[in-house]
Amino acid sequence: MSATNLSVASPPSRRRLSFEWLGVTPFIIFAVMFLILPTLYLVGAAFVGRDGQFTFENIAGLFTDQIIAAYWISIRISGASAIIGALVGLAVALAIIRGRLPAGLRSAVMTFSGVASNFAGVPLAFAFISTLGRLGLVTIILKTVFDIDLYKAGFNLLSFWGLTLTYLYFQIPLMILIIAPAIDGLKKEWSEAASTLGATPWQFWRYIGLPILWPSFLGTLSLLFANAFGAIATAYALTGSSLNIVPILLYAQIRGDALQNPGLGAALALGMILITAVANIIYLVISARAERWMK
Amino acid sequence: MKGNRFWAWLVFGIGAAYFLVPLIATFEFSLRMRRGYYSFDSYASVFSDPRFQATFGYSVVIGILAIIVGILVVVPAVYFVRLRMPWLRPFVEFLTLMPLIIPAIILVYGYIRLYNSSSIIPFTGSALGTDILLTCAYVTLALPYMYRAVDTGMRTIDVQTLTEAAQIAGAKTPQIIGRIILPNILVAVLSGAFLTFAIVIGEFTIASLLNRPAFGPYLQNIGANRAYEPAALAIISFIITWGAMGMINVLGRFAPRTSARTD
Repeated sequence: MSATNLSVASPPSRRRLSFEWLGVTPFIIFAVMFLILPTLYLVGAAFVGRDGQFTFENIAGLFTDQIIAAYWISIRISGASAIIGALVGLAVALAIIRGRLPAGLRSAVMTFSGVASNFAGVPLAFAFISTLGRLGLVTIILKTVFDIDLYKAGFNLLSFWGLTLTYLYFQIPLMILIIAPAIDGLKKEWSEAASTLGATPWQFWRYIGLPILWPSFLGTLSLLFANAFGAIATAYALTGSSLNIVPILLYAQIRGDALQNPGLGAALALGMILITAVANIIYLVISARAERWMK
Repeated sequence: MKGNRFWAWLVFGIGAAYFLVPLIATFEFSLRMRRGYYSFDSYASVFSDPRFQATFGYSVVIGILAIIVGILVVVPAVYFVRLRMPWLRPFVEFLTLMPLIIPAIILVYGYIRLYNSSSIIPFTGSALGTDILLTCAYVTLALPYMYRAVDTGMRTIDVQTLTEAAQIAGAKTPQIIGRIILPNILVAVLSGAFLTFAIVIGEFTIASLLNRPAFGPYLQNIGANRAYEPAALAIISFIITWGAMGMINVLGRFAPRTSARTD
């Protein structure tokens, strides 16, 4: 099909056609050099042994206790922060859009979400250390005012829940930003029609609202998962290299060949690419399907 | 429907608490440097640190370069895809989504392996080369946002008619893009630019692994060695992010809405 379009587009003049390509070429070269080639190189390197021959050894080398544990805790943290982030984000978005709150609140929340979803990385770790670290404000207030010692109770910011709680700071706003247009797509007529037919608000959400939002919800969930899975700066600033998650393991490998095998490092990268790619493909497929309700 | 509103307020309140408490706590923490009472000592300490000035300045320069390169790469591509090669669009869109699919740490690992000092294009062989590589890496990170901003901007103007009018008046293609199209989508381009800046300014992973003296690695270093300055830096970073996003909101009000012709 693209071939026929091409032949229709080409007649005008040769000079203009060359200009078209001249305009798009920098973009294509850029994408090839900085997106496609580096990724393909790593995928290839994952199958090359120390002797330069094709091998599955690197892939097999992933199945050690340390690496499997790293993947597992990465998947758990990404999964937990994605699911909680998606649920809370959906609830907040529903509250500000459908909850009859003052109109100004919505734009304030959306603006803040734009900021908070970009407020990731190292400063976010600092903020949570100041809040829930051993000397953090919340920790101290809980201890002195309510006599609850978080750290004696087993909480630790440098742990699964600590990291999940921190990741929620950019996951929830991202969910709000992405799901808000879908909630806007729920037409007023639908809830009016439902209540005319005698449906309670609960029935409306159970049988109409949530089923329509469901694809967007699932799609965004996989996007949030991929978002957390590739994140490293926050975790690194928070825990140093003490928490064994895949991006930190890969970081150590790139810095100082911690696994003492470049091929294994490439295999680690391949695993990450596969997991984030699957999550994103799910997102793209589902969001394409979800769009039919958004017209 | 009264219950409805109660739940909405409750959800909003809990959400607001989760997002505001860390900011308040961080601000409070940043004031604790002097024992006994609150002071802005940690901020003074941060601003007087020559490494803060050097790394922040470096990141600003790289950020601006990334914005310029990003505009030069994205605007002509979006223009020609829109005007003459719509069949290329799904392909281009997929490419611009790739930085969201492939984590930054993977990209930089690929760069280090691919463009090392013994390769055909030895970016990492010299400081200047690494700076160029870092700039290009940031253009790549910001590509999804820049592309979307420019694409949205071009959707709101009538590219076809503007181009034809300019051609009749005798303008050449670079003139059309530079002097007709670009000014018309300036607001969208600037939105993309501020978003790029917000993403790039404190970026840690790529700058750190390429060993460049950028603001992100500096932040991490301070975090590992100081007590109160990190809190001050977190507040400063938050204000910078807020400023960049605020600019986008302000600019949005100036967006031209000449014609939203059928698209």
